[in-house]
Amino acid sequence: MINQVGRDIPDVYLKDGVEPFQGIYYRDDYEYTKAAPTVHAYVKPNGDKLVDSIHDVLIKSGLKDGMTISFHHHLRDGDFVVNLVMKEIHKLGIKNLTVCASSLGRAHNYLVPCIEDGTVTGISTSGIRDEIGEVISAGKLKHPAIIRSHGGRARAIEDGSVKIDVAFIGASTSDAYGNASGKGGQSDTGVLSYADGDAKYADKVVIITDKIVAAPNFPASIKGVDVDYVVKVDSIGDASKIASGALRLTKDTRELNMAKEVAKCMYHSGYFKNGFTFQTGAGGSSLATTSFLKAYMAKDNIKCGWAMGGITEPIVNLFNEGFVNKVLDDQAFDLAAVASAHTKGHFEISASQYANPFNKGAFVNQLNFVILGALEVDTAFNVNVVQGSNGVLRGAPGGHPDTAAGADVSIIVAPLIRSRMPTVRDRVTSVTTPGESIDIVVTDYGVAVNPKRQDLLKAFADTDIPLKTIEELRDLAYQYAGKPEPVEFDDQVVALVEYRDGTIIDVIRKPKRLNYSQKALDKF
Amino acid sequence: MKIKTQAVAGTLESSDAQVMILPNSSGLKITLDSSVYDQYGKHIIALAEQTAKTLQLEDATVKIVDKGALDCTIKARIETAFYRAIDQQSGLPWEVL
Repeated sequence: MINQVGRDIPDVYLKDGVEPFQGIYYRDDYEYTKAAPTVHAYVKPNGDKLVDSIHDVLIKSGLKDGMTISFHHHLRDGDFVVNLVMKEIHKLGIKNLTVCASSLGRAHNYLVPCIEDGTVTGISTSGIRDEIGEVISAGKLKHPAIIRSHGGRARAIEDGSVKIDVAFIGASTSDAYGNASGKGGQSDTGVLSYADGDAKYADKVVIITDKIVAAPNFPASIKGVDVDYVVKVDSIGDASKIASGALRLTKDTRELNMAKEVAKCMYHSGYFKNGFTFQTGAGGSSLATTSFLKAYMAKDNIKCGWAMGGITEPIVNLFNEGFVNKVLDDQAFDLAAVASAHTKGHFEISASQYANPFNKGAFVNQLNFVILGALEVDTAFNVNVVQGSNGVLRGAPGGHPDTAAGADVSIIVAPLIRSRMPTVRDRVTSVTTPGESIDIVVTDYGVAVNPKRQDLLKAFADTDIPLKTIEELRDLAYQYAGKPEPVEFDDQVVALVEYRDGTIIDVIRKPKRLNYSQKALDKF
Repeated sequence: MKIKTQAVAGTLESSDAQVMILPNSSGLKITLDSSVYDQYGKHIIALAEQTAKTLQLEDATVKIVDKGALDCTIKARIETAFYRAIDQQSGLPWEVL
């Protein structure tokens, strides 16, 4: 069936209530009954949650073939937890597992042999890149991977689309009863936002930490009342790869010029008022936008009510300097953000509070501005942030579709051409975020406003913002790079791109010319 | 034009191409390894053939390793490698380049 963004979704995936994408607010007012976990009560006061090893906790948890396990990605590229757990599962010979991860990256590469030998046959994730992107692109995972945004994952857990049997939650500190936090250990992550739903909705909840502290470990991101077991391991992560030092602000003229235009668009949009709210990513241009924004705020004596998202040092600096009143944090990207988390005015929010479309109003709904990246944008303003132009999975929706749908003004910032690949083109390789939710596209060759935002076009008319139509941007890209020939795909569907409301916005097939060689197990 | 020596131009940086020209006794051979092979491979090979023809480059192997360079870059790298390979450092025919 052809869905609302013109993508052909095979009927075989449209069953058991799964529908094709039908517009960003299609499920407004949707009524459902929340899922609930099956819980084992700890009645006796002398119960002991501490377990000696991951092997032992796998046995105690009753993990068996066909179950669903979950992980979060706050340890980012420094994560040891996923590989530690998967190695023990592999040794036990448990098969047919579904991994429901908030995101996956290069630190989780032990999943690759697990996918190849059928230990893992299903995956739900936001990030799908590096070796994991390759193995899934090559069609080695038995069932198509489900790519979910951060809000979409929170929704899927709460509405019961995903039932987690055992959640493994890495935490930098925990007390013996499982009150766990991302602060205070040697592997600090600041917040544990993406694990909140896992702890509340999984049947069994396991905290994996490398530092047991005295009770109560407050403020506890994960509450001990939700936790079955606590395992202490030598190390849950490589601190140097969890939160990097200061992300250097770009000196790239192209990125700085784009950042300047982004800030200018915000300034002239009509939404730049005292108490405004915004979210920005960690990419070069997005980060640089904060310094131009600061200049506008100082000039007009305007303060930001709150900044949200993956938090970075530039945001923390604006907060400390009084330009930003409050910080809502769902992920800490660098050491400054980790250190600032849980200080006065810097609040941790859960993935559901952040972006879930099915709760009673997530913070994304209250955003004035969001600044986002793109691998590709098409002339209908649809954005791809998941699949490379060569067809291989190499990205992550993260909060992209969620914030774009929620914010008053969603701004894409991307160079017109990257290594010859036109960013703006006739048709994106796959749709992650529908054009209906994208308002402005800022490139190094001009700024395109979605024609449905006549208010913004009017507001920008008398400014020096270099306005172009999206078709003009595409034509420029094709003029410099040439029109790309379409990449050929096999029929095999390797991943489903789920929109945040659970409808299917696109399917991703196996690229025809993909060379994939099996990864030798002895590499690990 | 006969190639005197093996020569190289360009880098493996993103948006550049590295072109190596080697002597070959049996005609012109072009090989392409490109980060955008699927989308622009045929076009780049046609461009290289056209450039070689303009330069009257014969009996040579042209190895192109492309990292997403635009046409102007690829052409310039081939031309530079060519003039290095025939050891011509001055009096370049700019009007045909």
